[in-house]
Amino acid sequence: MISTIHRGRLIGLLALTTLLTLGCLLSLAFGARAIPLGDLGGLLRDVPSALSAPTIADPNLQVIVEYRWPRTLIGMLVGAALGTAGALIQGHTRNRLADPGILGITSGASLAVVFSFAVFHISSMWATSAWAFGGACLATIVVFSLAAFTGDGSNPMTLVLGGAALNAVLLAVISAFVLTDSDNLDRMRFWTVGSIAGRDMSIFWTALPIVLIALLLALMTGPTLNVLNLGDDVATSLGVHTVRARILGMVIIALLAAAATATAGPIAFLGLVIPHLIRPLTGPDYRWILPYSALGGAVLLLYADILGRLITRPGELEVGIVLAFVGAPIFIWFITRDRVVAL
Amino acid sequence: MIHTISHARVPSRPALRIGRFSTVWRPRHFLFSIALAILTGALCAVSLGLGDYPISPLRVADILITNGGSRIEHLVIFDWRMPRTLTAVLVGSALGISGSLTQSVARNPLASPDILGITTGASAASVAVIVLGSGSSGALGWLSSVGVPVAALLGAFTTGIAIWVLAYRRGIDPFRLVLAGIVISALLTAIINFLLTRATLDDATNAHMWLAGGLSSASWSRALPVLGIIVVLAPLFAWITFQLSASVLGPDLARGLGQNVTSIQALLLVLAVVLAAIAVSAAGPIGFVALISPHVARLLCGRDTPPIVASGLFGASLLLTADIVTQTWLPVELPVGLLTSAVGGLFLIYLLISTNRRTITA
Repeated sequence: MISTIHRGRLIGLLALTTLLTLGCLLSLAFGARAIPLGDLGGLLRDVPSALSAPTIADPNLQVIVEYRWPRTLIGMLVGAALGTAGALIQGHTRNRLADPGILGITSGASLAVVFSFAVFHISSMWATSAWAFGGACLATIVVFSLAAFTGDGSNPMTLVLGGAALNAVLLAVISAFVLTDSDNLDRMRFWTVGSIAGRDMSIFWTALPIVLIALLLALMTGPTLNVLNLGDDVATSLGVHTVRARILGMVIIALLAAAATATAGPIAFLGLVIPHLIRPLTGPDYRWILPYSALGGAVLLLYADILGRLITRPGELEVGIVLAFVGAPIFIWFITRDRVVAL
Repeated sequence: MIHTISHARVPSRPALRIGRFSTVWRPRHFLFSIALAILTGALCAVSLGLGDYPISPLRVADILITNGGSRIEHLVIFDWRMPRTLTAVLVGSALGISGSLTQSVARNPLASPDILGITTGASAASVAVIVLGSGSSGALGWLSSVGVPVAALLGAFTTGIAIWVLAYRRGIDPFRLVLAGIVISALLTAIINFLLTRATLDDATNAHMWLAGGLSSASWSRALPVLGIIVVLAPLFAWITFQLSASVLGPDLARGLGQNVTSIQALLLVLAVVLAAIAVSAAGPIGFVALISPHVARLLCGRDTPPIVASGLFGASLLLTADIVTQTWLPVELPVGLLTSAVGGLFLIYLLISTNRRTITA
């Protein structure tokens, strides 16, 4: 028998899924190239068959299938990954300020990218993503070792400032690369902004299994995370192997954040803001927070990307920038309304 | 009547009295402050001697003190190198003092103007001027005509005000202050990244060069405002130290001792912002000097709150050392801000690992 609360939350999940589907359609329909609304219905119905067709005659359909379809899929994937990673980091570190970007993971990815470009002259999208993935994983190891050395990281200030320190070191090294060769700068300034444009389906298919497996693992660790948040001592007495659970959590966060950053570049704010936004809907139960974060992240990223395509027609505003412009005021509103509490 | 160091009325706290003013005589603090001043002077001499026309430090000291030396030596020292060295000393001092003030007000040993986002505000304004300024009309045109340093100043002040407004809730909560700083920094960083992608490659390179923070474009016109501010503030240091000795006890005790906590906090933060803003406008955002200097000065002088003058002197020494290193050891001359960021970040990580989370809090 589903209680009222559960029923409410299930309805919420359904609402988010509906929003996501609507977002998909909007993302396919709208963009920098204005397609007349009357044609849209027919074009969208043709999309499934056009996906497997070798060539597409209609230019509008071509735009939809070759540019917007991969972009929509990648946007949903990255959004879900970042939203969940943010919720997980905040849960494991018991710290409402944690976010992959603030913790320096994305700087690690950027450093790997600039290094690969400067030293090995790697410029293909796929290889760049692979390097970014490696760099992000390395940075995750460093950050969580830092948290382990300074105690249980229960002081929010410590982890935030440790991340700031790691960011500073990594950014200094990146600057050294960038300033010694303007080609490096040219490459990096577009990477740093965070965008889902220009990525094709090969990147999507490579990232998909990683993100799906990590998401599945994350959802399965929901109950464990609830118990961990009661405190390490209580958790141990309830039979949870805390060290193993934390390590597994770290691995999941690393996979999600690394895959997302490798695909779309460093996108700030999503991981930080999404858990705060959905917590009023879900309460502190991680079995609900994690799926809500995944869906919420996908929805927010997709809509931010649509907005970015429409604001500066015929140009585009990268999704990383739109998210910062949208996310910062939301978070500032949270701060001024006392919604952010130091744990 | 002037008494100097008198008998200790309270055991282990001899008093230093001059006229109506008295303070506790702390030999170690005094000695290390003098030592830091001498170190700064020595590093200046070394820095003035570096370059294509090398002059030994002793000769530099001789020239400065006796005002002798040949015409070419005068040209090299006073016209070419003095602006850079002077800027390093002044910017380092300003950052060190700003850091000690910020840490005392936020009552957290890990706070600094960088983390509060003030330098990001200055950077955003400067990058906007560099990238958009050439040939734009209206407000940006006016801003670009007054130049990058003034834009940096305005950006820093605006950010300082924004953070104060966001964090104020019947007083300043240190956590909310840091949080507001982080959020605003992130927003400003997005703006900077956006501008860098829309700029021409030349503008982007110039902007990135400025963002790294360096002394290579130091000039008399940029150094003098910093000198002016420090000279104006110097007489206030004693009064500031007096107020801080109550502030560090926490707002409740300070109020009980009769201090107007909110106005003093506001004033100290304003001073910290002014100093950081001037420093950034003169030399770009040089990272982490403001964070490290108060800590090292505090440890050297054996106090448990950051000493102001010693922090300033250490900041000057640190920046001079970084500048000397970038000019001599590194194969390519990189902006000095990169060195301070990298070393500073590593030092902060060490601090985090070794500290017992001792905040100066009640």
